[in-house]
Parts: sequence; structure tokens; C-alpha cells
Amino acid sequence: MKTVIIKYNAGNVQSVMYALDRIGATYLLTDDEAEIRSADKVIFPGVGEASTAMAYLRERGLDRVIPSLKQPVLGTCVGMQLLCRYSEEGDTTCMGVFDVDVRRFPAQPGFKVPHMGWNSLTDLKGPLTEGLPENAYVYFVHSYCADVCPETSAVCNYVRPFSAMLQKDNFYAAQFHAEISGNIGQRILENFLKIDTRN
Amino acid sequence: MLTKRIIPCLDIKDGRTVKGTNFVNLRDAGDPVELGAIYARQGADELVFLDITATVDERKTLIELVRRVAHVVNIPFTVGGGISSKADVSALLNAGADKVSINSSAVRNPALVDELAQEFGSQCIVVAIDTRFVNGEHIVHTHGGRKPTEIRTLAWAKEIENRGAGEILLTSMDTDGTKAGFAIELTAQISGAANIPVIASGGAGSMEHFVEVFTDGKADAGLAASIFHFKEIEIPALKRYLSNQGIAMRTTD
Repeated sequence: MKTVIIKYNAGNVQSVMYALDRIGATYLLTDDEAEIRSADKVIFPGVGEASTAMAYLRERGLDRVIPSLKQPVLGTCVGMQLLCRYSEEGDTTCMGVFDVDVRRFPAQPGFKVPHMGWNSLTDLKGPLTEGLPENAYVYFVHSYCADVCPETSAVCNYVRPFSAMLQKDNFYAAQFHAEISGNIGQRILENFLKIDTRN
Repeated sequence: MLTKRIIPCLDIKDGRTVKGTNFVNLRDAGDPVELGAIYARQGADELVFLDITATVDERKTLIELVRRVAHVVNIPFTVGGGISSKADVSALLNAGADKVSINSSAVRNPALVDELAQEFGSQCIVVAIDTRFVNGEHIVHTHGGRKPTEIRTLAWAKEIENRGAGEILLTSMDTDGTKAGFAIELTAQISGAANIPVIASGGAGSMEHFVEVFTDGKADAGLAASIFHFKEIEIPALKRYLSNQGIAMRTTD
């Protein structure tokens, strides 16, 4: 099986690579369209600022490549946000795979922003959360989040409920960092790599 | 619900874990990679590795250590000690660290915080503050807490937040090593003023001390070293205790 991690300027993909090493998966880190298109699974990570990341993807035409992919794609953190319609961060038009907007956490006393640390998942749906208990804890670091919508496959609550995971067709996304979310995160990555792509 | 975090700190010298009282009289507490993996399995929420010597020669040893840790640990970990440039941070992140912690170098050159936050993102920039109560005021100290500055701790916490720090690791030199409890009042003051998470450090000696720092101290995370290394408090028991006291904790099974 060929797993590709999309290489771009939004952040440090080392943790993702180490996480795949730990579960014994092989992968290729690339921004080459042909390599991406020929992969069985595509991971689209991201840490960083949305508008800068989007500009980089546009320059390389990846903003057209990614939404057109047919194999399972997993976007994480900013990767997930860029798959949404729009992000308030940098007033950014994103790729629009998921029919939802990304907004900053509203200021509220007692709630620091970024939302940083371990928080629990509820309302679990879809193949990525298979075997996970309700209230499984995963590690978040983010200041912006997607609302809860029909494509939400896991909910987290901080200030207000938001989409911790999204799924639509072959596109999967997680707001948290599965790669450093202990055994739960590891299970989510394994579940993604296990998705059967034979039709 | 967002949980409070329990963070074991591994002080590293020559690739080994050490911890002393008030930063002197070091004792050897084992292999950092092995210890880190054990803590992760036990339910630690994060790990901090502080290279307490960090000379140029030891830098390579540290990078290699970070790489080994990243291979076995599946929770976030922070590396600190002797970091003073973008190149230092880049090398550590590339080796697999999730965050870096800077201390004296930020005091020497506060613009470094802005530079690092811009280059790597606030989420991975922890600023450690060593503070001591001197003549009625909390004053920032550098060089492992040995050198006083003129900077007031609260003002410094606000400044580094404004410059883009993602977290504050607040160590009270007055309580560190005493096992008499965290500096509750100071932690509450800093955590109440800052809109970024505050990791309280220094003085943990009992489970009750963690309750205090998470409730009255308003800390987002509690860090300790020797009590974990020498098994005076075990992490699973601590998390169960805190959970029973009504403090949100991550459960791991």
C-alpha cells in the first residue's frame, strides 16, 4: 500500500511520520501531483496559518489536486480547516470539500485560546472512530474550529460544540493531532490506513 | 471537557535523567527514553525534557535522544535547555520534538519569542519562567534560577504572551525541590492574567498539592520530576485521585 503525506509549508510533519513509523506503515513525503494521485491513501497534515498555507497550495496547483482525489484522504488540524469552505483566519477561501466554515473561538472568561490539551470526543461516526469509546481523549492545539454540521463525525466541546472530525465521501478530517494522541490517536491512524479502497 | 495535564519533567545531563534539590546535588534517575515511554504508558499527558547542561558538544547527544524519544512516545513532548536560535529550534522539531521551551535566551533577547512564534507557530513555543520572591516582588531569574534580573514576573508573562508564546512554564525557585507544594498564589496570578496555558512547576510533594494548583492555582498543567522518578507518587494513582476530587483528567483505557 502506498501512503503519501502531502509536503507543504504548513508545519512540521515529523510527528506524523514518527506516528506512522510506530505503527509500521511506510509512506512518502511529496508535493508531486503524480505521486499523490497514485497513492492508496493520502495524509494532508498541517500546522500554521491558513492563508499562508492556502497561498502555498495555490501556487503549486495543489488546491485543485486535493479536492479532486478519489482515494481516502485524511486532513489533520490546519489540513482539516483548509478542506472546509472558508476560514476566518486570514479571511481565507479554502478548498470547500466540507460544507462548513471555520471560525475563531469566541472570547469567553475561563476559556483560554488556543484550545490546548486533551479533550474528549462524542457522537462518534464512521470508520475512523471504530473501536473508540465515547469520550475518548485526544490532543488539540487550535484557535479556530469548524461548526458542527451534517458532515461532523465526532464532536468536541470547548466554549461551544465544534467538529472534532468530519467525513464526506472519501474525505476524512480530524481537528486534533492524532499523531500524538496516545493509543486513541494511533487507533484512528490505523483505522484510516485500514479503510478498504476496493470498490 | 478539556482536562488538566500531568507532566513529568525529565532533567537531562549527558543523556541521562537527573534531578536535584534546588537545582544542585544531582542524582541519577535513569534512562530518559525508557522513563518517557513508561510515563506515556502510565497516562502522563505530556513530557518535558530539559537539557540542564546543553553545551555545544552535548547538543548532538540531545538531538539523538529526541529522535529516540519520538520513536517510542505517542504523546506530545517538549524539549528545553540552551535553545537560543531558529536553527536550534528547527533541529529539535525536525528530530521529532512537538514543542521547544526557551528561557534565558528569551530574557536576553525578547524578540526571539516573536521570531520563533512567526517561524514555527505559537503552538510549539513554550517560554519557561524561573521566578523567585525577592524583596517583596516576584522577579524573573535566568541560568537555571541562579541569576536575578530586573524583570517582574507578571509583566514578563504578559510580554511573552503578546510576543507569541504558546504556553508558560512557570517554575517557582522558592518552592522547587521543597515538596511543600506549588506556589499557588503566584500561579493563580499569572494564569489569571494570561490567556495562554500555564504549566505550574516546583514544589509538588503530594497529590493534594496538585489539587491545590489546579483549583486555587488555576494552573492548566502541573509539572513534577523527582516525585515521579522515585515513585513517591505514581501517575495512574494521582490521576485517579484528582478525578475523584472532581478535576477533569484524561482517562487512558
